[in-house]
Amino acid sequence: MKGRDLLDLADLGADELETVLEAAASMEDVLARRIKKVPTLRGRSLVTLFFEPSTRTRISFELAGKYLSADVVGVNAAAASVQKGESLEDTARTLEAMGVDAVVLRHRAAGAAELLARCLEVPVINAGDGMHAHPTQGLLDLYTVRRRKGELRGLKVAIIGDLEHSRVARSDLIGLTRLGAQVWVAGPATLLPPGLEGLGARVAATVEEALREADVVMALRLQRERQQQGLIPGGEEYARCFGLNRQRLALAKPDALFLHPMPLNRGVEVTSEVADGAQAVLFDQVRAGVAVRMAVLYLLLGGGN
Amino acid sequence: MAEFLWIRGGRIIDPSRGADETADLVIRDGRLTAEAPPTGCPVLDARGLWVLPGLIDLHCHLRDPGQEWKEDIASGTRAAARGGYTAVATMPNTEPAVDTPALVEYQLARAAAVGGSRVLSVGAITVGRQGRELAPMGQLRAAGAVAVSDDGAGVEQAVVMWRALRYAASFGLPVLEHCEDRSLSRGGAMHRGAVSTRLGLPGIPAEAEEVAVARDLVLAEATGAHLHVAHVSTARAVELIRRAKARGVRVTCEVTPHHLTLTDEAVARSRYDPDTKVNPPLRTEEDVAALRAALADGTIDAVATDHAPHGPEEKRCEYEAAAFGISGLETALGVLLTTLVQPGLLAPAALVERLTCGPARVLGHPGGTLAAGAAADVVLVDPRASWRVEPEAFASRGRNTPFKGWNLTGRVVATLVAGKAVWQLG
Repeated sequence: MKGRDLLDLADLGADELETVLEAAASMEDVLARRIKKVPTLRGRSLVTLFFEPSTRTRISFELAGKYLSADVVGVNAAAASVQKGESLEDTARTLEAMGVDAVVLRHRAAGAAELLARCLEVPVINAGDGMHAHPTQGLLDLYTVRRRKGELRGLKVAIIGDLEHSRVARSDLIGLTRLGAQVWVAGPATLLPPGLEGLGARVAATVEEALREADVVMALRLQRERQQQGLIPGGEEYARCFGLNRQRLALAKPDALFLHPMPLNRGVEVTSEVADGAQAVLFDQVRAGVAVRMAVLYLLLGGGN
Repeated sequence: MAEFLWIRGGRIIDPSRGADETADLVIRDGRLTAEAPPTGCPVLDARGLWVLPGLIDLHCHLRDPGQEWKEDIASGTRAAARGGYTAVATMPNTEPAVDTPALVEYQLARAAAVGGSRVLSVGAITVGRQGRELAPMGQLRAAGAVAVSDDGAGVEQAVVMWRALRYAASFGLPVLEHCEDRSLSRGGAMHRGAVSTRLGLPGIPAEAEEVAVARDLVLAEATGAHLHVAHVSTARAVELIRRAKARGVRVTCEVTPHHLTLTDEAVARSRYDPDTKVNPPLRTEEDVAALRAALADGTIDAVATDHAPHGPEEKRCEYEAAAFGISGLETALGVLLTTLVQPGLLAPAALVERLTCGPARVLGHPGGTLAAGAAADVVLVDPRASWRVEPEAFASRGRNTPFKGWNLTGRVVATLVAGKAVWQLG
C-alpha cells in the first residue's frame, strides 16, 4: 500500500483491510507501552489539514503520527488561506513545495480528498469528506468489533439513525460487508438516502427489525440542524421512536456491542444508560482510532525507509 | 452580377421537405434557388458528405453582456459555426439580464457586427429574472426577441407563471421554461439516487423537475399559451409531456445531448469531475432510455445544447462548489451521430429534424429548411470522419465538457450562413 492514498474503503480489497487491521494490532501494543514512541517514521512529515472543526479525529491523527516519530503539523482551516479564497489545488501545491510526506484532510465537500490527491504526489488520507467517506473511522469500527468478536463474517450489525448525512455509516457499510458482516440499517424515512442496498445494506422496515438478534448495534449522531431543516419533527420524537434505550438494545443478542462515532447527544439517539452501560465500547473505539491511524500511516508511508 | 455557389453531389437530408437524396444545391445571393448554376460557377464538392439545413440551437448561453470571461458573442458564435449551428438562441441570464429592448438590440447588433452564426435573442420573463414583475415582453418582441425565459431558474410562483403565459401568448412569444422546484432541488449537486448516496453528494431529486413540469402543463392547458419545456431530463417529465400533447396542450420540449448520452454514473466514473455537474443533473439509465424513445417518437421536438460555458476557476474546485453547466456547441452533432445514429438507434433524418425544422417550429423561425427561396443556411457534414474531443482546441471559451477525450465519428466540414462560409474545416 506504500505511496497510495486512503480516500474511501471501497478502494481497498478484503485482504488489504485485513492487512491494516493486523498492523493496527501491533500498533496497539505500542500504545500499551510506557514509552509510546517508535522510530518508524523518523524524518517524515505529516500535515493534518482540517477545513471542518474536529477535535477527536485531529488529535487522534496527530498522536498517531507522533507515536511513530513523524513530524506533525496541524493546520486549522479557520486560520488558513482557504478562508482567504485559496483553492484546494493551490493549497496542495504549496504543501508539496514544502516537502510534506503525507497529508490528512478533513473537508466539508464530498470528493475533496479525491481532488487533493489528484494534485499531490504524496499520499492523501481522507479524514472525512462531506457525507462521502471517513475511512479511518470505518477501520477503527472494524477493528473494535473484530477484537471483541474475533471474526466479522456472519455477524449481524445494525446501524440506526441519520444515514443520509453520515459518512461514518457509508464507510462502515462498505468495510463491514466487505469482511462478511450482514449490515441492517434503520432510521427515519426522511434520513434514509436512496440506494443504500448498493452499498451492501439491508434496509429494515423498523428499528426493531434491524436490532433483533444483532451482534453489534451502532447509533449515529443526530445533528440538531436536521430538525430546523424540517427533516424530522424533533429530538424528543426521535428519542422515542429511534433512540437506543435499554428496551431496544435488549432486542439484540445479550452480548451485543454498542458503538457510537461520538460525540454523543445523550437523551436523543442514545440514553446515558446505554452509552455508559456494559455493552458500550465507545472508548475502545477511540483507542482503536489511534492504533488504526498509526497502521495507516505506517503502511502508506512505507515504514522507515 | 449575381453570386452563385454550387454544392455538388452531397446527400441532402432536409426533413422540412421530406427530402433524403443525393442531389445538388444551388445558392444565389445568399438564398437557395431552383435555378441551374451558370457556367463557371464556383463549386463545392460534397460527394460523400451530408448536406443539411443549418442547425438551430434553441438554448445556449453566450454570456454576453456581463460574463465575457466565460463567453462572448464573438467566441460563442464561432463555436456555434464549428458545431454546424447557423442560428443560436441565447438565454437572458446575463448580467444584467436581458429584460429591456436595448439589451436585445445590443445582442443583435453585436452578432451582426461579428458576422458569424445568427443570434436569436431570448428575453427575460420577469424583470431581472427575479420572478416577480413581468418583463416588457411587447417591447422585447418589437426589438427582435424570439421567446422569453428566466432560464437558470424556474419561475417560482405559479401566479407569475400563469400571468407570464397569458401575456407572452398575446405577443406570440413562446415561454421557454426551466422547470425546477427549488424547494426540492436547493443545495443539490447531482441527481439524487444510488450514485449520490455512494458519493455522499447532496442530491437533486427527479421530482424537482417533474413537479414544476406538471404545474406548468396545467397552466399551459388552462391558458392555451405555448409552453416550451427546456432541457427535459426525467422519464416521468417526458411522460407528463407526452400525455399533455395527446390532450392537445400547446407544449413543446427539448433535450440536451448530455442527457441523451450520460448518466449519474459519469460523476462516479470521473471521480467527482465538475465537468459532469450540470442542471438538470445527469440522470439514470431509465431516464436516458425514456428520453431516447421520446426523441424518436417526436414527443421531444428538438435537441438543444444548453451550451453553458464557464471559466476554469468555476470548475477546478470541489464538486459542490463548482458551477453547473456543460459547454456543448462544438460536440453536440458528433456526440449525437456517434451515440444515436451510428448504432442505429435513431434515423439520420429524425435527428436532423430535431436539430433543424424542429427547433425552428418551436421558435417560429423561418430557418431549418433547404427549400428554394430560403436563406442559404447550410451545413456540410462528413459522417465518417473521426475526431477526438480536445477542449483546448475549442473556439468557445468554455472548456467544460464531460466528453473530453471522446472519439467521435461525424464532423462538421463547413457551415454556411446566407451562403457565406462561417466555418470550414482547415
